[in-house]
Amino acid sequence: MSDQTHMPVEHDLAPGEEEQHSVGERITGYVVGLALALLLTATSFFIAGTNLVWQPSIPVALIVLAIAQMGVHLVFFLHITTGPDNTNNVLALAFGLMVVFLVVGGTVWIMGHLNQNMPPMDQIMQMRQ
Amino acid sequence: MSMTATVGRAHADPHHIGLVVEHPGPAPKRTVTAYGFWVFLLSDIVMFSCFFAAYAVLADQTAGGPKGSEIFEQRNVAIETVCLLLSSFTCGMASIAADVRNRFWFYLGMAVTCVLGLIFLAIEFREFADLVSRGYGPSRSAFLTSFFSLVGCHGLHVSAGILWLLTMMAQVFAKGFRADVLRRMMCFALFWHALDIVWVGVFSVVYLLGSGV
Repeated sequence: MSDQTHMPVEHDLAPGEEEQHSVGERITGYVVGLALALLLTATSFFIAGTNLVWQPSIPVALIVLAIAQMGVHLVFFLHITTGPDNTNNVLALAFGLMVVFLVVGGTVWIMGHLNQNMPPMDQIMQMRQ
Repeated sequence: MSMTATVGRAHADPHHIGLVVEHPGPAPKRTVTAYGFWVFLLSDIVMFSCFFAAYAVLADQTAGGPKGSEIFEQRNVAIETVCLLLSSFTCGMASIAADVRNRFWFYLGMAVTCVLGLIFLAIEFREFADLVSRGYGPSRSAFLTSFFSLVGCHGLHVSAGILWLLTMMAQVFAKGFRADVLRRMMCFALFWHALDIVWVGVFSVVYLLGSGV
């Protein structure tokens, strides 16, 4: 092994771009993605209306299924991979997700506490009298 | 270890970091364009996340108006979801056809995508019109405000996407599969797939979680 690794002159992949595949393989990728997404969607709609499972688990299941389906879309439709030619795309995605979680998680957290700690207005008025 | 090969560079690379990049120059325009658009899409998703956060906070503030479970029709939402999913698929087919420069499959894929998108918009518009006519417009309660703004924002994106889709068909018709047209097509495909991802969040959080409350 040489300690000088000559990087091949190869460019990063643009988001949404696939590595060189034949048309047949690319179509297969989309078909697999569509089948998985339809399956997850059907499961979500089934779970939401069923009495078969423990009721408090339904919201958790729905969120997990939604995240799984977003993953399927990212991999099969947007072709985000873990390959070295995709590092920039993944890093941008990771930053975006961080902001999303800060915004949504932070809002729900803070507003939940505000609701808990603030009695409704009529109760405040009673306390003042 | 072939030491001889490194002798000439021993001073230039004293720590033997070892990676000698044969500078490939700037990335091709296709990569740069799509990456820039990817960053825009992520910022768009951050914007959607604000609407999601507002909805999550306000979903219970019905001010005596209807709750989500009273106004959502799961059958319509299921049809909308299937339409968007299939349109994402046909959009993928159209972008493959564009890459291999096959006009027939490109037009067919784009046309089907357009029809599915229009069906989605029609169902959504009917739902909104129905709600407003029953007096459950966006001004009825904080819950309905956040509902209309989140779902309506997604609907606006889909409308813009359909305009863009028709523009792409016209451009391919007028200019053929030129490099710049193909770049725009690539960005359009990214946009359309990203809208589908946002819709996954919408139907899960708003319609399915909301109808259980």
